[in-house]
Amino acid sequence: MKHLKFILVGVLFGIVMTKSEAVSWFRIQEMFRFHSIHMYGIIGTAVILGVVMNLLLKKTKLKNWIGGDIKFAEKPETYKASLLGGTVFGLGWAMTGACPGPLYTLVGHGVGVIIPVIISALLGTYFYGRIKAYLPH
Amino acid sequence: MNIIEFISQPWHWSVSGVMIVLVMFLLTYFGQRFGISSSFKAMCAVIPANRKWDYFNYDWKSHSWLLAFASGAIIGGWIAVHVIGSPVPVEISETTIAQLQELGVHTPQTLSEGMGFVPAELFNFKSLLTLKGFILLIGGGFLVGFGTRWAGGCTSGHAISGLSNLQLPSLVAVVGFFIGGLFMTHLVFPFIFSSKLF
Repeated sequence: MKHLKFILVGVLFGIVMTKSEAVSWFRIQEMFRFHSIHMYGIIGTAVILGVVMNLLLKKTKLKNWIGGDIKFAEKPETYKASLLGGTVFGLGWAMTGACPGPLYTLVGHGVGVIIPVIISALLGTYFYGRIKAYLPH
Repeated sequence: MNIIEFISQPWHWSVSGVMIVLVMFLLTYFGQRFGISSSFKAMCAVIPANRKWDYFNYDWKSHSWLLAFASGAIIGGWIAVHVIGSPVPVEISETTIAQLQELGVHTPQTLSEGMGFVPAELFNFKSLLTLKGFILLIGGGFLVGFGTRWAGGCTSGHAISGLSNLQLPSLVAVVGFFIGGLFMTHLVFPFIFSSKLF
């Protein structure tokens, strides 16, 4: 099964999302109220280490597991989309207390009501796909 | 203390940050980029009828690894709760607990009240039938799906992966995440949670 490794990394991710408490609706509220360093510490540590990781990957020219070039995150310079879409996502993040990774993780916690939330997110993506041409990017 | 008890304890945020980078590194090494909201696009594109729209008319199989990754996250969530579940609920700051209490949301203090992941009074099927529950869960979910795709990424793709590669569009997106989150938390929540309308 060619995707087995991604399932396994996903398992690790679900564990990390839970143990980091990034899946917690309460933690997200705490973050948006600036009452704890917790979420900022997680994201800050990850970004600082991530910058180092990318510098090292570029410097050592490490190849991926099948000898191909490493893919770096290159984001298109669609600043209006970043800002406006980001704001819309921010509203939803505060409401559900979950970004996409935690949405999946919470299914594993047995929070059944998260399934209609995911379906609604898929409808949101579908709606975006339908009206993309009319939105600023 | 055995190994299971050791990793069951609440993790310090720096440990969590390191572990997220480990996940990002593994995905990078396996030839992909860390970014989960693309899975929504892939799931929409799986349905053939949707591919008549430009946005979904792409090779969704290039994202099929994300569907495997998302399935793994579900399994990981189960393991994290049932095998290495924390002996105490999430320790939320006293100030947040007090402010949420004013909104009528109780933060679990003991495991019998909950693990501190989701507020029980909101995250249940019955609450979907209330205006408040419907707006927060179904409305919120819709905005997550719509906003992440418009922004071209979520917390993983922009805030962690993008910022790690010093992408300006990602910084702008993160500013947006906070504009939306702060607006919702400080201006809309008091209205939704205290108004008789909801």
